[in-house]
Amino acid sequence: MKKVTFEIFRYDPDKDKEPYYKTYEVELRRPGYLMLDALNQIKWEQDPTFTYRRSCREGVCGSDGINVNGVNMLSCMTKVEDLGSDHIVLQPLPGMNVMRDLVVDVDDFFAKFITVKPYLIRKSPNPDKEIYQSPEDRKKLDGLYECIACGCCSSSCPSYWADKKYLGPNAFLRAWRYLADSRDEGAEERLPILNDKHGVWRCHTIYNCVEACPKELNPTEAIMNIRKMLLDTEF
Amino acid sequence: MSVKVEYHKFDVVVVGAGGAGLNAAQVASQHVKTAVISEVYPTRSHTISAQGGISASLGNLEEDHWHWHMFDTVKGSDYLADQDAAEYMTRKAPEMIIALEHIGLPFSRTPDGKIAQRPFGGHTAEFGKRPVKRACYAADRTGHAMLQNLYEKSVEQGTHFYSEFYALELLVNNGTVNGVLCYDIQNGEFHIFHAKAIIFATGGNCRIYQTNSNAHINTGDGLALALRKGFSWSDAEFFQFHPTGIYGAGNLITEGVRGEGGILLNKDGERFMERYAPTIKDLAPRDIVSRSMMKEILDGRGVGPKADHILLKIDHIGIEAILEKLPGIHELSLVFAGADCTKEPIPVVPTAHYQNGGIPTGYLTQVIKGNMDGEEFVPGFFAAGECASASVHGANRLGTNSLLDLVVFGRTAGEQAAKFAQENPFVDLVEDAGKEGLATMQKFANSNGTNTFGPVWEELTRIMQTNVGVFRTEALMTEALEVLDKLEAKMDDFRVVDKSSVYNLDLIEALELNNMILVAKAAAKAALARKESRGGHYRDDYPDRDDVNFLKHTEVYLEEDGKTPRVDYRKVRMQPLTVEPFPPKARVY
Repeated sequence: MKKVTFEIFRYDPDKDKEPYYKTYEVELRRPGYLMLDALNQIKWEQDPTFTYRRSCREGVCGSDGINVNGVNMLSCMTKVEDLGSDHIVLQPLPGMNVMRDLVVDVDDFFAKFITVKPYLIRKSPNPDKEIYQSPEDRKKLDGLYECIACGCCSSSCPSYWADKKYLGPNAFLRAWRYLADSRDEGAEERLPILNDKHGVWRCHTIYNCVEACPKELNPTEAIMNIRKMLLDTEF
Repeated sequence: MSVKVEYHKFDVVVVGAGGAGLNAAQVASQHVKTAVISEVYPTRSHTISAQGGISASLGNLEEDHWHWHMFDTVKGSDYLADQDAAEYMTRKAPEMIIALEHIGLPFSRTPDGKIAQRPFGGHTAEFGKRPVKRACYAADRTGHAMLQNLYEKSVEQGTHFYSEFYALELLVNNGTVNGVLCYDIQNGEFHIFHAKAIIFATGGNCRIYQTNSNAHINTGDGLALALRKGFSWSDAEFFQFHPTGIYGAGNLITEGVRGEGGILLNKDGERFMERYAPTIKDLAPRDIVSRSMMKEILDGRGVGPKADHILLKIDHIGIEAILEKLPGIHELSLVFAGADCTKEPIPVVPTAHYQNGGIPTGYLTQVIKGNMDGEEFVPGFFAAGECASASVHGANRLGTNSLLDLVVFGRTAGEQAAKFAQENPFVDLVEDAGKEGLATMQKFANSNGTNTFGPVWEELTRIMQTNVGVFRTEALMTEALEVLDKLEAKMDDFRVVDKSSVYNLDLIEALELNNMILVAKAAAKAALARKESRGGHYRDDYPDRDDVNFLKHTEVYLEEDGKTPRVDYRKVRMQPLTVEPFPPKARVY
C-alpha cells in the first residue's frame, strides 16, 4: 500500500509558545483516497490531538478549506494521489488568525459577507405568486449562488492579507449574486458599501481567488461587474 | 466541581441552524429576542447537502392539488403519518414556496418565468394514477440555496448567533423546558441559555450507520438530550435508506436523477423496477426501491466483481440537460465514483439517509408526551425538522418532503414559540441547572481509560449496518443489542487523549459517540419490538404489515437509570383537520 508523508502545521495556544510542524505517515487505502480520509486516519488512528474542521464531506458545507502544498482547497474533494507528491505540507488558510492547528478564526470572514447586505431587497410590493424571472435572467445567477463560503478565495488574496478591513472576493461575489438578480432592488443600498476604500477598488486583479475557488467560481469577474455598475451609477 | 458558567437570557432559543432552525429563528426574531446556537456555522448545517427539490402542489407545469399531495404523503408513510399534520403541511406548501422565493431562493424556472417543477418518487396525480411534477428545485442544489437564503434572512432580522456551541443538557424545571447548557468549542467555556421557549431543530442521526449520506455532525445529539430528560423518540425504528448512495462512499445521488429520467439497472442491464412497481417504476418511494435493489443483489443480479451494487443510468438525457439540471451530481460522481455520468452509469447502493421519526409533536410543533392513553403538550418545548416527528413521514418519507417539513414546521415553530414567549413569563432555572451535562462533560474531558473514538465508532456503525439495516430479523437485532451494551460499557473505560480547551474535536467526538450509542440502542430496541413490516422497517420474520397490532406510533423512553430504552406506544392521529381520513390500504405502486 502506498504511503505518503504529511507535514502538518500544529499549534495549541493552551501549551505551545510557537507553532511547529509534525510529520505523519498516511496509507492511501484505496484509489481516490481523499485528503479528508487522510486527516481522519491521522486523528482516529495516530494522534487524536490533531484538530481540523469538517462536516458534509462532499464539498458543499465549506468547513474544510485548508492550504495544501501552498494552495487553498477543500480536504473532502481533494484526492491525495492527484497532488502528485509523496510529501504533503498542510497549513491553515493563510491571512486568517489561527485558533489551533488547521482551524482558523472565520468570524471576521462571515461578518464581511454580511456587510454587503446579502439578501433580496425589494421596494415594490411582492405579488401573491412568485416573482416571475425568465430562464435567461435566472441563468445570470449561475456561477454566483453556488458559493459555499469556505473562505478559500479571500484567504488567497494578497489585498485581503494586507488590508484587514478589505471585504474580500467572497463578499463581492455574494454582493454581485444579489445585484445580478432581476428580482433585487437593493443596488442603491449596496453600492456605497462596495464603493468604500475597503471595497472593490482595492482588488488588484491578481486572480488568486479564481485559482483557489473549489467550486470553480469567478469572484474577480464579479468585482469587475460591480466596478462597471459603480461607474455607470450616479450617486 | 466548580466551573465558570456564563448566563444568557432570550425569549426564544433555537438549537440547530439547519433549514428548520433558521426558518424558526427568522420568524421568531421578527417578534421576540431570539438566539440560535449551533455546533457549526449556520451555512455549514446539513440542509446544505439537500439536492433534488421541495414539494408543493403549485401546479406550474400540470394540474396538481394539495389533497393529492396529502394522499401521497400518507400512503408513502405506510399510513403511520398523523393525518392532521399531513394535511397541515401539504396545504401550507404552496405559500411556503412563494415565501422562500420572495426572500431570494434562486429556483430554476419554466420558460414563462414560473418556478420549475419535476417528478419525484411517490408523488402522483389523482391519488396514485401517474407521476406528477411537484418538486420545486434550484438545479440540484436546492438545500444549499435555501440554507444560505434563510441564514441571510435571519441575519437581516437580527437573530443572535452562537456558532460552534455544542449543547450538553436540556434544562427543565418542574415539567417546563426553560433552557439549554452549552459548551463553546472555540474556547472551552460553558454557557447557560435561559429562555421562555426552546426550539429543537437538531437534525438527524444516520452517522450511526456505516454507509450513510450524512455529515459528521449528524449524530443525534438533540434526541439524546431529549431522551435523558424523560421525553420520547417517536418511531425510532424507521430509518430511510436512500436507494442511490454512491457505492463505497455513501454520498447521495439525488432522486432528481430518476425524476429527470434516470433508471436503475441490474447486471443483466434490466430495468428491474418495472417488476416491483409497474405503474411508477423507478419513481416508487424510497423504501420500496431500496428493498428492490437489495433483493436484486441478494438474488445474484448485482453489478461488479462482488455483485454488490446497482447501476444508475442518466447519460441518455444528454450532456446539456445533465449539466443544466444536475451539475452537482456530475461533480460528485466524478470525485466519489470516478464515473462521468454524461457517458457512463453511476454505481450505487442504498445508504442510510434520514431519521423518519423524532421528538413527537402536534401539528403546531409543540412537543408532546404520550402513550396509548393520550398525549399532552410540554410547556416551553417545540421541535421541528428531522429531529422532530409531527408526524408527516411515518414509516417512510417521500423525497422532497423533508425540505418541505423543515420549512413548514420550522416556520410554525418560530411563530408558536414567539407567541408562547409573549404570553408567558420566564420560569426560573432550577438550582444546579446544568449539573448533569457538566458531569458528562467532565467525565469525558478527564477520561484516561483505554477505548478511543475510532475503533468504537467503527464497531457501532458496522453492527447497525449489518444487523439493523434494510432487512431485519429477531436474531440479528438481539445480537445488535448485545453488542451495543458492550459498546456502552466501553464508554466507561474511555480515553479522550486531547486535553486542550481550544477546538477539542477529540472531546466533541467522544460526547457525540456517547449520544450515538444511546440513540442506536433505542432504535434497535424499537425495531425488535415492532413485529411487522411497514415502510422502512422490514422484518424477514414478519414480512407483512399488521394494522391490528401495530398501526400505532412507537414511543421510546428511557428508564429511570437514564440509559435503558423502554418501548411504549401512542395512537396515530388518523383524523385530518378538514378532510376525510385516508384509511389504510395495501400499498402498491
